[in-house]
Amino acid sequence: MSMTRRIPWMKYASASNFYPLADRLVPIFMGLALVLAVIGLYLGFVVAPIDYQQGNSYRIMFIHVPAAWMSMFIYLLLAMYAIISLVWRVKMADIMAYSLAPTGAMFTFIALLTGALWGRPTWGTYWIWDARLTSELLLLFLYLGYMGLYSAIPDRQRASRAAAFLAIVGAVNVPIIYFSVIWWNTLHQGSSFSFSEGASMTDAMLYALLLMALACWAYTIAVVLRRAQALILERKKVALWASQISKK
Amino acid sequence: MHKMLWALFSRDMTLFMHRKQDVVTVLGFFLIAVALFPLGISSDPELLRTIAPGAIWIAALFSTVLALDRLFSEDLDDGTLEQQMLMPVPISLMLLVRLIAHWVITSLPIVLLAPIMGLQFGLAFNEIVILTLSLLVGTPILVLLGAIGAALTVGLKSSGGLVTLLLLPLYVPVLILGSSAVSSVMNGADVTAHFSLMGAALIISLVLSPFAVATALKITLD
Repeated sequence: MSMTRRIPWMKYASASNFYPLADRLVPIFMGLALVLAVIGLYLGFVVAPIDYQQGNSYRIMFIHVPAAWMSMFIYLLLAMYAIISLVWRVKMADIMAYSLAPTGAMFTFIALLTGALWGRPTWGTYWIWDARLTSELLLLFLYLGYMGLYSAIPDRQRASRAAAFLAIVGAVNVPIIYFSVIWWNTLHQGSSFSFSEGASMTDAMLYALLLMALACWAYTIAVVLRRAQALILERKKVALWASQISKK
Repeated sequence: MHKMLWALFSRDMTLFMHRKQDVVTVLGFFLIAVALFPLGISSDPELLRTIAPGAIWIAALFSTVLALDRLFSEDLDDGTLEQQMLMPVPISLMLLVRLIAHWVITSLPIVLLAPIMGLQFGLAFNEIVILTLSLLVGTPILVLLGAIGAALTVGLKSSGGLVTLLLLPLYVPVLILGSSAVSSVMNGADVTAHFSLMGAALIISLVLSPFAVATALKITLD
């Protein structure tokens, strides 16, 4: 490959360029997340009307649905960064993948937890072995496996490449797991609950949901960039610019 | 080339003949795990029949994970694995031969023991046949997928628990297909779909898994 053909966005694949950029972006996205979440929660918890079937308990959806979306998007993003880091050996891609994992696992956990809390008053049970619930639980195990493998290998080079490979294998398996669980579910028990998607969702509900989803995105961007910064400082201890920042 | 691959296969067989206790441990684990289900749940024959497919399949699955530990670890320690990767045959082909040998040594006995386990749980003859066939098609998939996890974690201090965590999500589809094949035949349903899907999964993993294991081993030995 010729070194003369420079792609502009590759500039930020270098840690020394990425760090100051992240420094500027983190406060913006954190502020954005805060503002969006406040408006979204106000709309969702105060403005949106009570559901005539579920009462107030449906309002947990404004946290549950964005968290569930994030848990899946983040895994896809993680797998994408894993491919970039494995194929092109871009170190920043590995740092980004590793920074995404804890946030993804957190959103998966929140989605499971809020789902259970919502299920109790609505379905009368905290947990059913529904296809979506089961595959979300397995997604949590995929995240934990990625982080577990990464931290179990002492050599960083090997850790990053092994974990990246595992993330890719996992991403290939996610749809297979999802469909097999659906299949299993229809075999073993009749579909006892249908997720009504709220055919007549009022505007306030819809906006609250969208705002909360955007807030989760902004939060994820801010937190992941900050975590990536911390990892850079930890790994580039010897670099002059990094040691100067660490001293401050 | 096939002479070399045959030598590789017979080496693994010879090692097994000299160290039978490894395999006996795996088989013992399988038998005890299956026997614990009635003890832990109930001796009610009707209930036992219902849980039999799942119980036997889960025990087989964990026995596979347990046996994976001996796939690469000793060969890594004494340097054999690196020499094998330098052999003048494609690494994926070398691994495929070793995985087949591993399956014959550790999984085939489980498949052969399964009918006895089926009898213990009160399964009928045709149900036992389907159980054995489902394990015959399913356990190679478990070994082929499991080798990826074993290759990624070989040489690590606490690899046992980690391998389980890495592999169980990947094993879910195989478990579902295998055990539901047996449940279906108990309910008098057709099992062609189960075996078609498992056969497809076996073929895909036979083709792709050796390459994946080779990649994982290269990462490990880098």
